Amino acid sequence: METIYNVIFYSLSFVAMYAQIFYLSTYIEKKKKIVKNPENLELKNYPTVTVAVPCYNEEKTILKTIKSLLSLDYPKDKLKIFVIDDGSKDNTWNVVQEYKDNPSVVLIRKENGGKHTALNLALERTDSEFFGCLDSDSLVHPQALKRIIGYFEKDPKTMAVAPSIIVNNPKNFLQHAQNMEYDMSIYIKKTLGLMGGIHVTPGPFSIFRKRVFDELGPYHKAHNTEDQEIALRMQEHAYKIDHCPDAYVYTNTPDTVAKLYRQRLRWIYGFIKNLQDYKRLLFKKKHGTVALFTLPSGLIGIIGVLFLFINIFINIVRFIYRKVIEVHTIGFSHLFTFNGFHFDWFFLNIRAVLFFSVIMYILVIVSVLIGRKMAEGKSNFSVSIIYYFIVYSVIAPFWMLNAIYNAVRSKESSWTFERRVGQKSI
Amino acid sequence: MNEQEDIKHEHEPNDWKRYIIVFFITITIFALGLWFSSYINNKKINQLKNIESKISLDIMSSEVQFTLLQEQTCKDVSNSILSTELNNLADKISYSENNIDADDTDVVSLKKYYSLLEIKDYLLMKKITERCGEESVFVLYFYKNDDCLDCTKQGYVLTELKKKYPDLRVYSFDYNLDLSAIKAMISIYDVPSDNLPAIVINGKVHSGFKTLEEIEKTFPELESIKVDEEEDSENKE
Repeated sequence: METIYNVIFYSLSFVAMYAQIFYLSTYIEKKKKIVKNPENLELKNYPTVTVAVPCYNEEKTILKTIKSLLSLDYPKDKLKIFVIDDGSKDNTWNVVQEYKDNPSVVLIRKENGGKHTALNLALERTDSEFFGCLDSDSLVHPQALKRIIGYFEKDPKTMAVAPSIIVNNPKNFLQHAQNMEYDMSIYIKKTLGLMGGIHVTPGPFSIFRKRVFDELGPYHKAHNTEDQEIALRMQEHAYKIDHCPDAYVYTNTPDTVAKLYRQRLRWIYGFIKNLQDYKRLLFKKKHGTVALFTLPSGLIGIIGVLFLFINIFINIVRFIYRKVIEVHTIGFSHLFTFNGFHFDWFFLNIRAVLFFSVIMYILVIVSVLIGRKMAEGKSNFSVSIIYYFIVYSVIAPFWMLNAIYNAVRSKESSWTFERRVGQKSI
Repeated sequence: MNEQEDIKHEHEPNDWKRYIIVFFITITIFALGLWFSSYINNKKINQLKNIESKISLDIMSSEVQFTLLQEQTCKDVSNSILSTELNNLADKISYSENNIDADDTDVVSLKKYYSLLEIKDYLLMKKITERCGEESVFVLYFYKNDDCLDCTKQGYVLTELKKKYPDLRVYSFDYNLDLSAIKAMISIYDVPSDNLPAIVINGKVHSGFKTLEEIEKTFPELESIKVDEEEDSENKE
């Protein structure tokens, strides 16, 4: 039993460390290729772009989102904004009427059918060269679109470009923790982009050449994670996906554990189900980095967190069991008699396990700091990093377990309220 | 952009070199980690060896002292040095069993040596108390490590008992340790194998789990070494 446990433990640590070093080595080698765009970037020409904003009960945030799109530094006659009300039950439709006379904005109302149906409706009605989506809880940086289109201009083979997603105005503990996670995923995403291994084109403001949909078909429901599915479909056909680190999108993130839980449940569930649907890609070298590295390491990541969690859980149970026996045997009053404590290094548990954990923590902290530098231009240590470790090591295992359980039972998480929280998986 | 149709989609070529280099870097870190932990474990084992040889020296010195002073008064024979050191060693050995490896040959031989030291200490202390007419109670405790919940419980009880009677000397022995001296004790005191834990107090065997109250009732001689509350507080001052 002990041996099996050790084999699993060491294999998982090995793969986790391998993945982190893989990212780091790629980043160090290729970071010169990451060029920051100048403030006054000008493009040779400005192709037509359609941005779809699917919304469902978003009366509070929708106007801000539309406003931020209209403030994009991009020729007005080249940019169309499709606001698609996916059968909202609240006042969304009335609220957006404010823009009914704006030539850049098209308002569409349809019966509720899910985010992918809203996006596909927009796809049907547009003939612009580029297509993107912005969730109605997100805002865009004025230069974001120009910078992204610049990537398409530089490389005609680039078929989609993902932005950098930043937590909008983090307030509480949970949002600061997510802020660190999002910063880190900018680094991860850029590095994957450099290797051609991006597996998600996040809902907020990933821009595609419209021909992607003409050639590969429209969005699928894809277990409510259509942004993962389209990326995998593109990878299967070797369509190039890049990442533009300074195209910033500011997104509202869940402010309670319950909301975060629902969001992550959907992401991880979607990841597992999409992985199931695309398992033919796994380890096929003709499918490149996504097949050899991104998907396998994502899967191992889930297994690793679970294993660690179960391990800690068993230890806690064992500890409590011993205490219970102790109390049962010699009574409660002795439990708190403290016999003084003197430090003896002998009892420090310096095992390989500890050594690996320290290295893993260092690697993760380095990743967060690099991401922070890319996102916010500063790479100082922030106390939020500690929040990040706490939140993700304590709560994440639960949504992962839940997602696996749901995936086994094929229980879809629903597209309703929680759907409002942006769509961006790392 | 009408040249669209001509685009040939292809992946970045797989960077095999990186896959392999990263593999070797990771292997190196792993090897370092394993080496480091075995280095630390060796250090710990060496520390245990040092403690044991020091205790062995102390016991021998006490023995010699005892023989030299046979004819004279008892008060010069030191009898309290060993017990704390033996206890400390016991903690470290049981920690090593749990955290290094219970089957590690080094750990096993350290444990055997420790058991021998306990027996020597026991024999010596018995002689000293007999000759000098001191009141003293010795507990021999036999346990096993695997699959014995009562042994764990008995351990807690004995720890409590020791707190209550600080002059009590408890010697614990792993029933299954392959050591002839322990086997000899088992046969002398006739300790049954099927009903562990077992405690032997001043020669009388009682097997099976015993609560603190039961032990006190069964062995009234404990009364003789009971420290009065008042005396206790005086000692502390």
